[in-house]
Amino acid sequence: MKVNAVNLTEIEYSLPGNRTCPGCALALAYRHILKALDGQVIVTVPASCLTVLHGMYPITSVNVPCVNTPFASTGASATGLVAGLRATGRKGLTVLAIAGDGGTHDIGIQSLSGAAERQEDFIYICYDNEGYMNTGNQRSGSTPLGAITGTTPILGKRQNPKDIAAIMEAHCLPYIATANASYPLDLYEKVKKAKGIKGTRFIHVFTPCAPGWQFSYSDTIKIGQLAVETGLVVLYEVEDGIFRLTSASESLARKGNLKPIREYLAEQGRFKDISEEQVAKLQDWVNTRWQCYLERASNLQPSTDTI
Amino acid sequence: MGTRECKHICDESSPAIGEAGETGEWRSLMPVIHNNKCIPAKQKKPSCFICWLYCPDAVIKKTIPIQINLEYCKGCGICMQVCPAKAINMV
Amino acid sequence: MARKSREADIRLLDGNQAAAEGARLSRVQVIAAYPITPQTPLTEELSEFVEKGDLKAEYIAVESEHSAMTVCTSASLVGARTFTATSAHGLAYMHEMLHWVAGARLPVVLACVNRAIGAPWNILNDQQDSISQRDTGWIQIYARNNQEILDSIIQAYKIAESVYVPVMVCFDGYVLSHTEMPVDVPSQEDVDRFLPPYKPHTLLDPTNPKNYNLVTLADPRNNAEGVLCHGYMELRYLLQEALQNAAETIIKVGQEFHELFGRNYANMFWEDNLDDADIVTVAMGSLAMEAKVAVSMLREEGHKVGILGLRIFRPFPKATLVKALAKARLIVVFDKNISYGSEGATCSEIKSALYGSQAKAAIRNFIVGLGGRDVKARELADAVKASLTSLKPGALNIEYPEWICYI
Repeated sequence: MKVNAVNLTEIEYSLPGNRTCPGCALALAYRHILKALDGQVIVTVPASCLTVLHGMYPITSVNVPCVNTPFASTGASATGLVAGLRATGRKGLTVLAIAGDGGTHDIGIQSLSGAAERQEDFIYICYDNEGYMNTGNQRSGSTPLGAITGTTPILGKRQNPKDIAAIMEAHCLPYIATANASYPLDLYEKVKKAKGIKGTRFIHVFTPCAPGWQFSYSDTIKIGQLAVETGLVVLYEVEDGIFRLTSASESLARKGNLKPIREYLAEQGRFKDISEEQVAKLQDWVNTRWQCYLERASNLQPSTDTI
Repeated sequence: MGTRECKHICDESSPAIGEAGETGEWRSLMPVIHNNKCIPAKQKKPSCFICWLYCPDAVIKKTIPIQINLEYCKGCGICMQVCPAKAINMV
Repeated sequence: MARKSREADIRLLDGNQAAAEGARLSRVQVIAAYPITPQTPLTEELSEFVEKGDLKAEYIAVESEHSAMTVCTSASLVGARTFTATSAHGLAYMHEMLHWVAGARLPVVLACVNRAIGAPWNILNDQQDSISQRDTGWIQIYARNNQEILDSIIQAYKIAESVYVPVMVCFDGYVLSHTEMPVDVPSQEDVDRFLPPYKPHTLLDPTNPKNYNLVTLADPRNNAEGVLCHGYMELRYLLQEALQNAAETIIKVGQEFHELFGRNYANMFWEDNLDDADIVTVAMGSLAMEAKVAVSMLREEGHKVGILGLRIFRPFPKATLVKALAKARLIVVFDKNISYGSEGATCSEIKSALYGSQAKAAIRNFIVGLGGRDVKARELADAVKASLTSLKPGALNIEYPEWICYI
């Protein structure tokens, strides 16, 4: 039976009263990630907002075993957990590495790539708030074009982000997916599916950040949805090399048009100084990628035009 | 009084609710559910529960009528935004 | 403990092989290593043990040394006995993780095959690499020959797992790592009797979840039951305390090793010709063996010289060292390292140990052998004689070391 809000388990592994900002998309995503793994998990977390969510010694706000690890080392930490569990004969636990975009795209990419190349048996989730948010919003490898951050305060970021899911695809992994905190059931199902697969599984989760992106924190879900509706974020999975669009991206591909990127940019203070040239560049980038996804999708005919 | 009594030799933390204190004190606004509009309240059976699904802080309970733990609700207003029946106000 | 079960099994092993045997006999469960000269054959030997089935362990061919130490950290947290090995730049690359492992109180054992650090590039031996890590909270053992390498690794696990402090076994690259020596290889049965399985203090179990190495603030904080728990400073105090107390464990383990295997390690340093010596030379690792030869030369010339071969650098054996140096009127310290802007690390430590004691010795420090520069016993002997002639009353200390080089 398909999961929904009514039948989804009430057990909470992420406990109320944590240090995340009001309306934190990561907090929402994490709730459902842990539910999908039934709490039978050992989590490893580098320096990131999630570290802060987890609390401060001697109290943690999360009811699963967890290992904190330095910023660059998440992939290796997960490798060590997997190896240690195997060496000590313990079975039945999922190792979950969960890092931000900083710990995944930038400082952590080496250890992630190494672990993925070795096909280590764990799930790696990147929660992407498009900047080093834990330290107050500095630009990262996933910050979008034109965004103002602490280290791109006047000119905005001048490059498009790296496509981490595509990078991970190049490692020949059994399962890669993109997800979005605004579509928690899609996220839940992807994590659940990943749980049953062996080898390195990678999920890239879009998690809008109200203070960093400068929007009202009650709008978190709306921003995430707009990202999908404009084609900036595309929900898909690649299972054994077969590419499928999912959830709202699949519906959009079948019957909708992409909303113009402006609608998304207008909602966020970080794009207030974006130039017309940058908007055009961004729209082009979105359109091109959307076309590629449509052509790749094995589960639909290439149909809709973009604007 | 020294700290040796805790017997830790390393940084080992245990789970508890309210790690950051009463985070309900952070909020400016508070959610109020109108049960005459709320779908599970009206139907008197488990249904919808979209607010529960989207609450980042897990302070909503899937009871009928729905209960919100105001000790830890940060007043983010997401529940108000996502409710399909527009049954929640932030006050 | 009963004497060992059988006759000696003497094999010709180089230092890397001896280290690999030590790890194998210690039944390590997770090995993560990245090749770097001159450690590479050690990693290869271990991977061969694992692939042949001689050692039942997970061998992770990590993509960097930083990851190697991280793998050991997490595997150790889950309860596995772990091992890694590296040199020079590899050790430097994992520097952050060395701090982390010590602070997390995990009994990881690392073999450091001592090599010079760039710039400029140099693949040959000196001790700068491990000396640079002396502040990280690791126990440091320096082996003087290949027998000691093998024996020290086995003891390292027993020490580490008793005091929950990681241990670095250091040995000189090429001089030991690539030089074959006769080594008595203990039996697996005897090592099993000596070394019990690892009992972790950490628990990673969903039925009783704990979160390790979370953020701390400056001050202590109550837990959910209202018990005051440590602040960062108290946790770090416990690490220092463990290191200070580790000397006792090191001696005890060394004594147990003696009783079972017949080689005595119930000491923090070894001595030769010290009883009537008024000149004492001090060095670490294989350098001390070279100094021992120099001592023989000087004895033949009528000097009353002895050698103190430092084995344990951390925790530094201040009290016992002061006793051993009490009668010296000249101490000549040879360092295959230097703390730039100051002096050789061993010399600094000795001066610090002697301060306030009854010792009246003058101290001289010589920097030797950097970047694989050949150390000749003759040169060390000449350095001692030069120190003697340069002695001036009232001038016990020198500001900066002398170097034996071609400058």
